[in-house]
Amino acid sequence: MTKLIGQRVIASLLSLLGLMILVFFLSRLTGDPAVLFLPIDATEEMKSQFRTLHGLDLPLFEQFGRYVWDLAHLDFGESLRKARPAIDIVLEAYAWTLPLAGITMGLVVVAAVILGSLAAFNVGGFFDRLVSIVSLIGASAPDFWIAIVAIVLFSINLGWLPTSGVGTPWHWILPVSVLFIRPFGLIVQVVRGSMLSALSAAYVKTARAKGVKNLPLIFVHTLRNAMLPVITVIGDQAAALLNGAVIVETIFGFPGIGKLMIDSILQRDFNVVLAAIMVTAIAIFIMNVLIDLAYGLLDPRIRH
Amino acid sequence: MTDQSLSKTPAIAEPRSTSMLSMLWRDKLAFCSAVVLLLIVLCALLGPALLGDLATSQNLRGRNSPPFDLARGWAFFLGGDSLGRPMLARLIVAARSTMMVAAGAVVAALAVGALLGLVAGYMGKTTSQVIMRLADVIMSFPSLLIAVVVLYVLGPSIPNMILVLAITRIPIYLRTTRAEVLEVRERMFVQAAVVMGASHWRIIARHILPVVAPTLVTIATLDFAFVMLAESSLSFLGIGIQPPDITWGLMVSQGRPYLTTAWWLALWPGVCIVITTLALNLLSNWMRIALDPAQRWRLEARSTKDE
Repeated sequence: MTKLIGQRVIASLLSLLGLMILVFFLSRLTGDPAVLFLPIDATEEMKSQFRTLHGLDLPLFEQFGRYVWDLAHLDFGESLRKARPAIDIVLEAYAWTLPLAGITMGLVVVAAVILGSLAAFNVGGFFDRLVSIVSLIGASAPDFWIAIVAIVLFSINLGWLPTSGVGTPWHWILPVSVLFIRPFGLIVQVVRGSMLSALSAAYVKTARAKGVKNLPLIFVHTLRNAMLPVITVIGDQAAALLNGAVIVETIFGFPGIGKLMIDSILQRDFNVVLAAIMVTAIAIFIMNVLIDLAYGLLDPRIRH
Repeated sequence: MTDQSLSKTPAIAEPRSTSMLSMLWRDKLAFCSAVVLLLIVLCALLGPALLGDLATSQNLRGRNSPPFDLARGWAFFLGGDSLGRPMLARLIVAARSTMMVAAGAVVAALAVGALLGLVAGYMGKTTSQVIMRLADVIMSFPSLLIAVVVLYVLGPSIPNMILVLAITRIPIYLRTTRAEVLEVRERMFVQAAVVMGASHWRIIARHILPVVAPTLVTIATLDFAFVMLAESSLSFLGIGIQPPDITWGLMVSQGRPYLTTAWWLALWPGVCIVITTLALNLLSNWMRIALDPAQRWRLEARSTKDE
């Protein structure tokens, strides 16, 4: 287990480095921030002053060297847009995205495990078909479109929920619901499939013969054995949730990491983009390690 | 089981294509999906040539005209957009760019991914390790964010969209191909080919690829839906396809400012996306069984029961 995690750390560090180099040089190619940040009538002198101030006049490789040096001292640089440390801005955004993703994923897992198990138990029946259709539609619908249809329906026509922003618990309902749909559609299918094969095992017959009731049979005996493939998909989907967060946060004006990243890219705030990408990569890495640990917890055979 | 598949393949080549069709016809849901997809492909191929002018002709009196009204002609049956262009014609024309980006990305990712996967599975450990680590780098980050960064640098255009989406999807094909190759190359017929002195490329192309291909086609169908959703999302965010080109995702985004006054501008293109991805999902579900020799009896058994 330790060796496995050690290998993972090395592999992740390598991909993190690759990602950093790629994004650093790519983002420098997008154009000169001086043109964007200074007023249109700024003189050439003011522009060069701006570049000197932020170290943008140095050769590209020297800029990169300085960046890596600062990074080694845990300094992610300063945001051009807000004149504050980039890492602070990124962490503030994560303080919004983590609860959003956490609540969504929690609801998805609970709903998918319960509904998927019941569908597998009732295979071929009405409930099974209903879950299949709902999950298929959920996996097929574009999230940005669901978001704006939901805004028209619940915010504009019915006036039940706010259209965008944050502040009250009501503001969270639409973003969480929209973000819920896609991962739910995918995970419920995996739960169903995995549960189906687990239910055909011999120990299930034994338990049934001994008179175990249906509900304990599903949720006590079989579920734990059916969870391994489900955990894998949950991990993949938790990372993919960030894709959805970009869309949902942009539409609902939610001040999370997705919106921050889009805004920073559009405004050439390089340091924030880089910091956001690196924090995201680290977060995904931590989650992968947690998932590896969860395997060991669920299945003693993997532990050594 | 292994040598059987070798000797049978040429003999059943002809009746198999007809039996595939009749198998498709018997599964009504899959058949409908195939028909819907065929219609969309036809729209994409013929639409711009037949309706290109109609879809761009502005008609200020028809601005945001409501749907289900035949007074202005059939083209306005789904309403008019903010410049008075007929929605129905625009939806048909937009099918082309939507399909082109998705098909281009899927085909490119499939070709590169399958090739690398074949090499990684067939060659030694070092080559395999290098290729797999590269795939891990791509997989380790949310695809949409990679696409946003790269597109912003390269500039949004149809070839760049295809490039970016293809890169983010390569690992899927790579991993599947490699896993299958690792298993297939141990089988008897591959070893027989080695003994008979076949070259590496001949073994890969003639003996391994045909076994792996059905899985890849099934995944590609499903992936087509995913890529289409990704393209729509990027176009919706404003860093994908740019006007005057149109895709369904861009049309949703163009309809967004008129949500309160003209809901149909954003609704119809979304419905088109949902129908297409749903059809792709259903068809891929069917293909997973139909193209798998070990499971095909399920569909064939059902067909003999019907007759």
